[in-house]
Amino acid sequence: MQLSTKFSELSAKKEAALLAYVCAGDPNIEATPAIVDSLIKGGADIIELGLPFSDPVADGPTIQEASERALAAGMNPDRYFELVASLDVDVPLVCMTYYNLIFQRGLDKFVKDCVNSGISGLIVPDLPAEESEELARSCSTNGVDLIFLIAPVTTDERIKMILEKSSGFVYIVSRLGVTGARSEVTDATAQILSRVKTDIPKAVGFGISNGEQASKVVAAGADGIIVGSAFVDIVASGENVNKRLEELASDIKSGCKV
Amino acid sequence: MSGPKYGKYGGQFVPEILMPALEELEEGYEKYKNDPEFLKELDYYLKDFAGRETPLYYAKNMSKKYGVKIYLKREDLVHGGAHKLNNTIGQALLAKYMGKTRLVAETGAGQHGTATAMAGTNMGFQTHVYMGAKDTVRQRMNVYRMELMGAEVHPVESGSKTLKDAINEALRDWVSNVEETHYLIGSVVGPHPYPMMVRDFQSVIGNEVKQQIMEKEGRYPDSIVACTGGGSNAMGIFHPFVEEKEVKLVAVEAGGSGMKQTEGAALHSASLSVGEDGVLQGARTRILQDKHGQILESSSVSAGLDYSGVGPELAYLADIGRLTPRVANDDMALNAFHELSLMEGIIPALESSHAVAHVMEAAESGELGELVVINLSGRGDKDLEAVRKIDRGE
Repeated sequence: MQLSTKFSELSAKKEAALLAYVCAGDPNIEATPAIVDSLIKGGADIIELGLPFSDPVADGPTIQEASERALAAGMNPDRYFELVASLDVDVPLVCMTYYNLIFQRGLDKFVKDCVNSGISGLIVPDLPAEESEELARSCSTNGVDLIFLIAPVTTDERIKMILEKSSGFVYIVSRLGVTGARSEVTDATAQILSRVKTDIPKAVGFGISNGEQASKVVAAGADGIIVGSAFVDIVASGENVNKRLEELASDIKSGCKV
Repeated sequence: MSGPKYGKYGGQFVPEILMPALEELEEGYEKYKNDPEFLKELDYYLKDFAGRETPLYYAKNMSKKYGVKIYLKREDLVHGGAHKLNNTIGQALLAKYMGKTRLVAETGAGQHGTATAMAGTNMGFQTHVYMGAKDTVRQRMNVYRMELMGAEVHPVESGSKTLKDAINEALRDWVSNVEETHYLIGSVVGPHPYPMMVRDFQSVIGNEVKQQIMEKEGRYPDSIVACTGGGSNAMGIFHPFVEEKEVKLVAVEAGGSGMKQTEGAALHSASLSVGEDGVLQGARTRILQDKHGQILESSSVSAGLDYSGVGPELAYLADIGRLTPRVANDDMALNAFHELSLMEGIIPALESSHAVAHVMEAAESGELGELVVINLSGRGDKDLEAVRKIDRGE
């Protein structure tokens, strides 16, 4: 399913989207399908599946450790695309990974593998808009959305430039720092949301871990809530994983009513 | 504002959060690099604080033994014991002009961290140094030195616990505190403008050599040999000679314990010699990676060369044939460490020992010519305990 279709459907229902991130292959490859199912059962509208990289500089310790576990379990791009293709889901899937893995596979091959396995969008946190021309061309030819990030420090000129290159949704980083669950949602979130003027859906990530935070971010104007580390923490704990993922997804989704 | 590339290498592959900081840094550097007041202050620090210029020493005993004229550029005599201070003075001063209050740095052998602590403390910064936990053990005296000078040292427990992981952690700190912080990168690596800026600050080495060798020999050397991890001492001495096509530029990488790799790790650090095109820590360059693009851990007896990538400009110079990459393994470096100490009364850093080792191996074949300059990038004091342990088989 296309991201734009999903966002329109939700918008008609006056709901913001819950985008749930987990790292594919964490803690092992076999566990991923059930984890994805639990998130969807709990209310996740879009699944972001991380393809782990050895040096994830934009991520905090939670996701770095998840990446290490997945790599140790044998996850690699070949297995990733096989795994994604085997998932039986009816929500859009987004691949989040670092540029060297795409570069090494070959830009066109990577994007075609996305299409063939059922991925509709790509997030590459270490690829700023300036360096993205070649990948953007391939994504646009093959109908894959290339999603860019906007941060509180991003200038108005850069926001304009990034929006021109964006499709699917824009990923708004709510605060400075790396990924990781935090206990409060700051005014910076509302400020950055008000500065991003576009018809493209705006999804806010970094630091959101419960329904109350989600509802504040949605009230501030977000079309989507991205949650990663809070889910990954549950996976890492190894206790009642699927049940707790479903419950947390359901709690956060309850905060997504507009 | 995408930076200049070196052929296909270089660029700015960083999270969006850092892009405004890179723009600000690029603007700051362009604004001050030719500012008379900035240059006057830089010159003052280099001379009176760092102890420049450093001598170009004729290694008479080594020359006699190997049958070629060998000069050592004595960066081991810079305050702190390595070339690293040239760059940290430059960047700390720039950060001061730009109004920053906090410095973060990463360090492998501890030389760059020490040099950052020196410049940072002197100029009134709060300094945070990230260092792989493994390196804090093998270089504990440097940790103590940094702490003595008021820097906070953060051991990094993630990944391979070496330089690569320290860089990741320093980047994360910068991402979190980007407004008041300058990330003081210690080598010609990372996103633009770092490779260019660090090269420029280190070029003082090559510029001095140009004058000194002219005074002593009346001509440029046939070869300049420098060890290469990230490559800052190499670019520093090479850059002023890049246009002097008759001068051969030789970058000596760490061959570690063998030119092989196992699952997830290489036994060496020779990214220029056998690495492949890829993107790591902000730049496209040659890196050690597996077929999927996962970064391999590197290995070397010298922490300062133990890095999975190399500066993009070095990769470019190697591609166009202007630079010759060579490899010296751990044993060769250790041997050179002892031999230079015995022959000249100079104990080289294990990093520099790789350059010395290559000259010892290659001089007699004639491939380096008659007149050779080795960049003696640092002194060996920091390595004494490590080498003593190896000698005793501990």
